[in-house]
Amino acid sequence: MAVEETHDGPATPAGPATPGGATAAPDGPATPTGTATPTGTATPTGTATPTGTATPTGMATPTGTATPTGTATPTDTSGAAPPSSRAGGGAAPAIEVRELVKSFGEVRAVRGVSFEVAIGEVFGFLGPNGAGKTTTINMLCTLTRPSAGEALVAGHDVVRERDDVRRNIGLVFQDPTVDGYLTAAQNLQLHAELYGVRSDLVRPRMRQVLEMVGLWERRGTAVSTFSGGMRRRLEIARGLMHSPRVLFLDEPTIGLDPQTRRSIWSYIRELKEQEEITIFMTTHYMDEAEWCDRIAIMDHGEIVALDSPEALKASVGTDRVTIQTDDNEAAIAALRSQFGLDAKLSEGAVTIAVAGGAQFVPHLFDEWDPSHPPIRGVSVSRPTLDDVFMSYTGTTIRDAEEDQSRHRNRVMMQMMGGGRR
Amino acid sequence: MSAATAEHPVVRVAVPQRSLASELRAVRIVWRRELIRYRTDRMRMITTLVQPLLFLFVLGAGLNRLSRAGTHGVDLTTFIYPGILAISVLFTAMFSAASIVWDREFGFLREMMVAPVRRSSIVIGKCLGGATVASIQGVIVICLAGAVNVPYNPVMIIEVFALQLLLAFSITAFGVMVAVRIKQMQSFMGVMQMIITPMFFISGALFPVSGLPTWLGVLNRFDPLAYAVDPMRRIVFSHLSLSPLARASLDSGITWFGWRVPTLVEAAAVVVLGLIMLAIAIVEFSTTD
Repeated sequence: MAVEETHDGPATPAGPATPGGATAAPDGPATPTGTATPTGTATPTGTATPTGTATPTGMATPTGTATPTGTATPTDTSGAAPPSSRAGGGAAPAIEVRELVKSFGEVRAVRGVSFEVAIGEVFGFLGPNGAGKTTTINMLCTLTRPSAGEALVAGHDVVRERDDVRRNIGLVFQDPTVDGYLTAAQNLQLHAELYGVRSDLVRPRMRQVLEMVGLWERRGTAVSTFSGGMRRRLEIARGLMHSPRVLFLDEPTIGLDPQTRRSIWSYIRELKEQEEITIFMTTHYMDEAEWCDRIAIMDHGEIVALDSPEALKASVGTDRVTIQTDDNEAAIAALRSQFGLDAKLSEGAVTIAVAGGAQFVPHLFDEWDPSHPPIRGVSVSRPTLDDVFMSYTGTTIRDAEEDQSRHRNRVMMQMMGGGRR
Repeated sequence: MSAATAEHPVVRVAVPQRSLASELRAVRIVWRRELIRYRTDRMRMITTLVQPLLFLFVLGAGLNRLSRAGTHGVDLTTFIYPGILAISVLFTAMFSAASIVWDREFGFLREMMVAPVRRSSIVIGKCLGGATVASIQGVIVICLAGAVNVPYNPVMIIEVFALQLLLAFSITAFGVMVAVRIKQMQSFMGVMQMIITPMFFISGALFPVSGLPTWLGVLNRFDPLAYAVDPMRRIVFSHLSLSPLARASLDSGITWFGWRVPTLVEAAAVVVLGLIMLAIAIVEFSTTD
């Protein structure tokens, strides 16, 4: 199907079509996998158009997808239909990022990322700790100045129009930022005053957001008595207090118990239904990323893959077969010599990516030479986002985190040594 | 995603463009937050009172016999009292400024930093809040006047209170100026002790400023706090019946090359210094991330 490009702003012939993940799931909204890139600066409200919020998906390579402004040339989009019922708000995407770079001294934390987030989308940033997720989110929230590149949030430039961006975004940080001395209601009141929310709307809005996170009954209690999960819920409520157009959540569920994590996700879904809000979040929980409409997988400061979770998983094309043996090295060697398979050791088990894993297992047992170390256990799993991560980066996310800390140490050593050059 | 453009019961609010009114609102809420925190923090009310009261009643009463020869019949607690009026404000204002460091440590500062308001509004709100809280504390010390033979004269009370307010504002501005740069509570407390204690001792809160050794006299004239203690003493002493001799030796006032600095100039010095420090605090605060 084609995306109708009816908005006023000039759209572009999209950048180089990028391969990978050509099959978007039909239920994932706003995930056309083609290459139409509506640009156009924030169109003023009015002009109820079917928004052409096609965004380049697949491998959003940092070098590709330059979007010079030109004339509208809607190209094909082979993915799902963008919701066409969103009137008003203009056709500009909620977030538009081009070649964003952030360096801290010699360390390049973010190495030129480009992507777009459509209005109303739940967009996830997935990657190991230290991949540059928080740095990216901080740049989009105007907390950190980009070293290079450009980013528009709710149609405003994050460097030149800091205030306009701030008025339109809600933030939920990784670390708690509520005032424990104040009550829940006082925290929200303070926020409303700082953001200039109309006085007569403060109370009803407060009730709305507190009821959503199930804290209305506790509004008069000092936050210092709240549990970690309650505080996080309060922060989410506070982030929504001024009806932001984009809500940024930096690891919203980190360190929370599974039950609270689930409830936080149900708020996020509810939000999406009720408030037409765009949600941009980071996470390193693979299972949570599944809830996003689209996810960008980030590793070493670059986006290595970007698509809907379903499309990403489908793009892997293989199942994961995990084998437990007493001698993993020998087993890996045996798999290579006998089956021609490239096995890897990850999280303490031999892992093979094969198409049709369930059929492969009987075959494996039949052919397994008795001279090889005996197989103690085997499991087959359909591709998960972890496999997606693995197929794009070559490691699992947990291994990557361990690597990352080793890498950081190395960088530190280099920096300390480099100081004397 | 549903087509949620139709009317639904969601209460929507809009964040307006920045204006003077919105800045004033921000100042007011930051100020109010200081008051709410003060109200819920009963320990602070007591702990910040302990030190001034120790100086007044323990040191004052304890040294009274020793000092009788030099005070011309004036009780030492009465003499120290104006100094205590000043330093009670000092300690509380310093604590208020410290809340910026707390806020940073506990993350709350970030909530204010990302708000679409000027950083100066936040600093001004903080300073006004600190000044208010410190003045409340000052009122408690004013209430003790009877215990040190100072009459409850309404004019005196108003004058003392006004001076306390100015001093509290300046000290909070000073504290905020220091606090913006400091990331940890321990270091802030250390730095403040290092600055505040000498300032307090040199100010003349505990001794008359006439006839000091030259070096101390010079230091005294450079101590900003001296310009709050001196008028405070003049105000209180003007409502006491003292012998001319006692007045001359105890309330000699600060002189610049023989010119006795008038109360208004002293008060102005406190305010001007406070405003300068406020300006520095705002600049510093605006340039931090």
